[in-house]
Amino acid sequence: MAASFELTDDSVVVIIGTGAGGGVLANELAQKGVRVVALEAGGRYLPEDYVNDEWESFGQLAWLDPRTTSGDWRVAKDFSGLPAWIVKAVGGTTTHWAGASLRFQDHEWKALTTYGAVEGANLLDWPIDAAEMDPWYDLAEKKLGVTRTNGIAGLPGNNNYLLFERGAKALGYTQVHTGRMAINSAEYDGRSFCHQTGFCFQGCKWGAKWSAAYTDIPRGEATGNLEVRERAHAARILHDDAGKVTGVEYFDRDGNLQFQRARIVCVAGNSFESPRLLLNSASAMFPDGLANSSGQVGRNYMRHMTGSVYATFDKPVRMWRGTTMAGIISDEARHDPGRGFVGGYEMETLALGIPFMAAFLDPGAWGREFTTALDAYEYMAGMWLVGEDMPQDTNRVTLNADVKDQWGLPVANVHFDDHPNDIAMRNHAYRQGRAVYEAVGATRTFPTPPYPSTHNLGTNRMSERPGDGVVNRWGQSHDIPNLFVSDGSQFTTGAAENPTLTIVALAIRQADHIAREMAAQTL
Amino acid sequence: MTLQPAIRGLTRRQLLSRASAAGASLVVGAGFVAAPDAAWAYETSHIAPETFATLVRMARDIYPHDRIPDTHYVIAVKGYDSAESAPGIAEGIAALDAAAQARGFASYLDTGWERDRVDILRSIEDSAFFQQVRGGLVTGLYNQKAVWPIFGYEGESYSRGGYIERGFNDIDWL
Ligand SMILES: Cc1cc2nc3c(=O)[nH]c(=O)nc-3n(C[C@H](O)[C@H](O)[C@H](O)COP(=O)(O)OP(=O)(O)OC[C@H]3O[C@@H](n4cnc5c(N)ncnc54)[C@H](O)[C@@H]3O)c2cc1C
Ligand code: SF4
Repeated sequence: MAASFELTDDSVVVIIGTGAGGGVLANELAQKGVRVVALEAGGRYLPEDYVNDEWESFGQLAWLDPRTTSGDWRVAKDFSGLPAWIVKAVGGTTTHWAGASLRFQDHEWKALTTYGAVEGANLLDWPIDAAEMDPWYDLAEKKLGVTRTNGIAGLPGNNNYLLFERGAKALGYTQVHTGRMAINSAEYDGRSFCHQTGFCFQGCKWGAKWSAAYTDIPRGEATGNLEVRERAHAARILHDDAGKVTGVEYFDRDGNLQFQRARIVCVAGNSFESPRLLLNSASAMFPDGLANSSGQVGRNYMRHMTGSVYATFDKPVRMWRGTTMAGIISDEARHDPGRGFVGGYEMETLALGIPFMAAFLDPGAWGREFTTALDAYEYMAGMWLVGEDMPQDTNRVTLNADVKDQWGLPVANVHFDDHPNDIAMRNHAYRQGRAVYEAVGATRTFPTPPYPSTHNLGTNRMSERPGDGVVNRWGQSHDIPNLFVSDGSQFTTGAAENPTLTIVALAIRQADHIAREMAAQTL
Repeated sequence: MTLQPAIRGLTRRQLLSRASAAGASLVVGAGFVAAPDAAWAYETSHIAPETFATLVRMARDIYPHDRIPDTHYVIAVKGYDSAESAPGIAEGIAALDAAAQARGFASYLDTGWERDRVDILRSIEDSAFFQQVRGGLVTGLYNQKAVWPIFGYEGESYSRGGYIERGFNDIDWL
């Protein structure tokens, strides 16, 4: 039975957000007997509620509260009110995600040491490393049922993949396969195998793809230690005179302001809302926002170097059939400055339906150059490029006092400029992506610009020294011992890999730490 | 980004759709626009018929798909036929006709080749009017389920068991 805790109960851990970070943390703590109240701004949607329709699903699940943008990134022009494509629902963006589950490469934990100082970049080593994360990755891979780990078979390749694989091999790439995916190739953990329906971004109606919404959340609730409050929007974290946090003010589903007391508060609202909440919680004692003595809250926003390459052929491909992200080339993920940039990138197949293809292939474009591409939709293949981008001081989330959300709270402004390293890497990736498709006879290729951000990282980064970042090696804020950050905003640097497996591994590890410290009465 | 809900379910009175041949629109009578071959007809309530016919032509010239009949462009822009939107559309189309006249045509519709109209559109592409119409079409046109089969897109697949037994890996020419 799901628990129900009093607002005045100051023994609970309050978690804000129930996505990859918060949802997993909530369950892991509940399993250990820790009592948790999870506040989630969105509603609850399960496989029977998901719809195989791109815009309708977007309307159902996406975070559409206002945000603003600035900077030279094209998203600020084409999608000025939608800097990120993420979810507002129980389970967070794990309802939308494609399921690619990759570990960081060992050297990526030590970006500054490996790459050396890069002008204009705010590189730093993580305070943790591959050896320390290894057992947590093991647990995360088991939880998610990641293919090609623990003896789980890979998924079968769809049309989009088979063509991509052929091109990759023709180019001499060797690290090519159908990916390490949190998608069941056979029944696993009580969930179905993948039926290749092709709507992974719209929520998996078979439950074949791991999502916190129908795994960790209900399991946590079943312990009797977890209460998830849906449609509860955290507005402000309060603290006492000793500088410890005391609880969270939130707007409940009826729009009433409530105050939930807490022993510990964990922030996991994804990389825009987490820093926004800390900044909106400024007080006389912490005038620059909570946990912000370093001035780093909101800074070093990373979104991965991304882009896509689509290509048309003289024969049908029908890329939309089957898993949205159906395979990977990892040969370019290495660090090899000889290519003209530091860090590396992955190439992963991707398919969009006609409605999203029209919106994202070349935003703002019109006329026959554009429409003949869509006319060839059935003959089209696609891949997504994802690589490490440089943390920069000025790429940051700030409060926009001129724009308020429905609760009257200043919204997040997201400023982003590409670093020259990001641009050099993207151009290299466009060339290689084009070459993959040309090797199988592409008649035209399309270097498609980045979509609104799906990977949002770094705005409360982890650092050894309190002056360099917001949280320590446990995700605990340097300034306030009972305030934690539990989502992708902890990332010190982004690495080339899709981030969620690492977010989940960090959440499992953080739960272990918090439970231990609570038992020892040191928290 | 303009997120305009899909426009579905037109009543017969609003839209009479028959054959799918595309053609220049024809003003049939007061408040009534139709294609010359009567492939479609639409009774406007707030926008002048000539203006609406020009808007439909403009929509096709922005996103020309020769295999999509005019009816779908009509559906995509008919949302502007309202008391609030009509004055802005009238103003925008007047500017479009003025741009056509500056190039020696009597009006936007009085052009021959598509390239003439594309030139005219390029000259106004930074205007709020053009961007409003273009942005609205991204969802207004491409989110009509009825146009998806023209692109080969199969839409919803869960109710049919996904593609695991329906060709997810049927590529045969590699
Ligand atoms: C289309 C798409 C495809 C993706 N594919 C992959 C992939 O293949 N592999 C991969 O690794 N990653 C992928 N990702 C990224 C992945 O989904 C995210 O990295 C991950 O979900 C982030 O976890 P998080 O905990 O930081 O935030 P989220 O999962 O976004 O969770 C944050 C939650 O906090 C809630 N919240 C925010 N503010 C408040 C507030 N003030 N009060 C209460 N609740 C609040 C939100 O509603 C949300 O539910 C994809 C993302 C998208 C959009
Ligand atoms: S392709 Fe597989 S994982 Fe994706 S939505 Fe369909 S069944 Fe789920």
